[in-house]
Amino acid sequence: MTPAAGGGGRADAGVLPGSRDSPSRRDSPGRRDSPGSQVPPASPLAARLTAFVRTLRGHGIRIGPAETVDAAAVLAVLGLADRERIREGLAAALLRADRQRAVFDTAFELYFPLGVGELAGTRGAPAADRDDLRDRLARALAANDAAALTRLAGEAVDLLGRYGSPGADGWSAHQTLDRLRPQTLLARILAAQRAGGEGGAGGGSGLGSGSGAGADSAGRGGAGSGAGSGGFTDRLDADEIRRRIEDFRKRVGSEARRRVAERRGAELIAERGIAPSADQVDFLVASREQLVELRRTVQPLARKLATRLAARRRRAARGSIDIRRTLRRSLSTGGVPLRPAYRRHRPARPEIVLLCDVSGSVAGFANFTMLLVQAMRDQFSKVRVYAFVNRVDEVTDLVTTGEADPVELGRRIATEATVSGWHGSSDYGTALGEFAERHLDAVGPRTSVIVLGDARTNGFDPNAAALRRVAARARRVHWLNPESPSQWSTGDSAAHVYAEIVDMHACRNARRLGELVTRLLPV
Amino acid sequence: MTDGTAETDGTAETAETDDTAEIYGSGRPEAVGTGFFASVDDVLDQLAEAGYLASTAVATTVFLADRLGKPLLVEGPAGVGKTELAKAVARVGGARLVRLQCYEGIDESRALYEWNHAKQLLRITAGRDEAWDDARSDIFSEEFLLTRPLLTAIRGDEPTVLLIDETDKADVEVEGLLLEVLSDFQVTVPELGTITATRRPFTVLTSNATRELSEALRRRCLFLHLDFPDAELEQRIVRLRVPGLDATLADSLVRVVGALREMDLRKAPSVAETIDWARTLLALGADTLDESVVRDSLGVILKHQDDIEKAARKLTLV
Repeated sequence: MTPAAGGGGRADAGVLPGSRDSPSRRDSPGRRDSPGSQVPPASPLAARLTAFVRTLRGHGIRIGPAETVDAAAVLAVLGLADRERIREGLAAALLRADRQRAVFDTAFELYFPLGVGELAGTRGAPAADRDDLRDRLARALAANDAAALTRLAGEAVDLLGRYGSPGADGWSAHQTLDRLRPQTLLARILAAQRAGGEGGAGGGSGLGSGSGAGADSAGRGGAGSGAGSGGFTDRLDADEIRRRIEDFRKRVGSEARRRVAERRGAELIAERGIAPSADQVDFLVASREQLVELRRTVQPLARKLATRLAARRRRAARGSIDIRRTLRRSLSTGGVPLRPAYRRHRPARPEIVLLCDVSGSVAGFANFTMLLVQAMRDQFSKVRVYAFVNRVDEVTDLVTTGEADPVELGRRIATEATVSGWHGSSDYGTALGEFAERHLDAVGPRTSVIVLGDARTNGFDPNAAALRRVAARARRVHWLNPESPSQWSTGDSAAHVYAEIVDMHACRNARRLGELVTRLLPV
Repeated sequence: MTDGTAETDGTAETAETDDTAEIYGSGRPEAVGTGFFASVDDVLDQLAEAGYLASTAVATTVFLADRLGKPLLVEGPAGVGKTELAKAVARVGGARLVRLQCYEGIDESRALYEWNHAKQLLRITAGRDEAWDDARSDIFSEEFLLTRPLLTAIRGDEPTVLLIDETDKADVEVEGLLLEVLSDFQVTVPELGTITATRRPFTVLTSNATRELSEALRRRCLFLHLDFPDAELEQRIVRLRVPGLDATLADSLVRVVGALREMDLRKAPSVAETIDWARTLLALGADTLDESVVRDSLGVILKHQDDIEKAARKLTLV
């Protein structure tokens, strides 16, 4: 027991490392490696923990000293025997939201690595060649044997991932996967499973290698893919294998990072090698994968924002006391106004007009926002979406129909709508002018106009007058700019010209977008 | 601390307050943890006996919450067993379950305590001739105190599991109220003094993440994100809850549900719905999954028409 762990001594312990009841170095069965427990920083485990916490902080996870002490208490209570439990325990003490988990896991792999050097399981293995590795990988994937997959990732990196000359060498996940090509195994695994009898054999080998799940998972490998299930679930096989392959690629990635971190130090790799969580990725530099990841967040984010808007709407609906109706009501209770009547406004739902720059530089941002507004469409009475590069066209139909995929949406807008004239670079002045000329009837006194774009005019006239015309007609105009304010009006940006007319907000990532949407949208 | 507050009140109510302070106990609780479990494995075993199959993450975090005496904040999609976890812990610990269901507009008088005004009025009317000082000290005594879940959980001597359900539904002001309760396990009633828990309740807060809980509240808790279980665990859950179901069928069923969760649906099927589906199939007498069975019973796991259509396309039912 560590009675002081949850008590008032916590905050002190963080500030005064020598204080007597610091839970981080209480006598505990798990702390075998810290004999000199008088001064915690001297213990390698405490140093490692604080370095780990520093890395997480560096990636935008806010962790106070009290939480660090909690984490130490977790290590003391759990001991160091089971790595998965330590992972979960530290996550419970240090994390505050699920979106932080990806960063946490990657950092955990670096600071509490699976092993040192080659993994224990691979040391005794014969120096396999690439084909042998692929054979074994195919079997492990078919059986979904987690332990074997981790082991194979280790072997693969060791065998195929090494580059450079001694002294300046390293391990590359990219090179490993490029040589191993696990994605090409899909057809082969499926063919083997279709063959039926072999499916059972695959399950058997999974059992032999003893995964953590034991007989259950092995039995499933056999039964699920064999003839027993009547073939209905066969249609799921391809997707499941694909997911397992994707999972294997991640294992190879973390294995390569682990090996490199051993050589160069965990701090360095942690600083550069951990991708930020999806909602903190800068729109302007997001990669294709990160945009796909972002797409997944559209629905949950829309749900969350809808709840917040609904709460605001309810609050706004509370009105002042209606004297006339209250008095009338009081007649039934002998003239005592027991039940006051309120004047309620029934606010009409707002109309939204989105005006999006879809030119290359900011397309990712625009597409994501379009999908988000689309997902929230039942919160508004009307949503209309216009896209432009240097000409404006309405794309509401394109956004409403079809799959919710930003990349696909961008392609369809580029091919099916007239968003550019005789050149392909964005021209805000002409586009705003055309919108004010041809589509101004979409904007009314109940409309909130949201302009998305970086306000980089490529040297053309910003045409502030057109924006003024729109602003005069609309209820509110907000401009969301994916660049940070320090870059506004540098180079060809006309941000400050527009910012004088409408509210301009910097909106660099999905989290910020969520905040802005709840705050700015009328209810 | 409680004694201190009481003694400095040099008025007629001192005697009364002192008494209550003794009844409620004072000072720091002896043991910080709740002491339901001996080890992580013990958590796994006991919860399984109580009918709750826990993953490593759940077992580890429950053990830590038990041992460190910190509240446990459980977040996750609807229907993954957040509330069920608290109930299972209560069953294991032989503890009474005190539940505070949060909703929009919940306030102090619903969460903490309330004076029974009607009874106080009756008491004053009954003792017309009595001096004011007597009446005053009397009507603010325990008899007239209506305890609400938070106070109830703190006052008892028996082991208690406090479940604060759907914390995100409550207004932000209620979180402030929870801070004192959750960090020190004490409640201050101005007329009675500070009431400190003699025995810490095992506290579980659940949230659907429809609203971000405040940083201050999160910092006082251990955090557990409860997601859909992996296929292996879900299969065990189905077999435990629907014992009559064929193992092969349970396996196919869990795989289909897993595939549906990977899709971009408006509402992904929860564990509760998997179990419902299993029961449905059992009632239908289906022994294998085939196109017609799935097409007919898809409404059990998917609750939106466009989700059903999307899933039917994906599973090539049409």
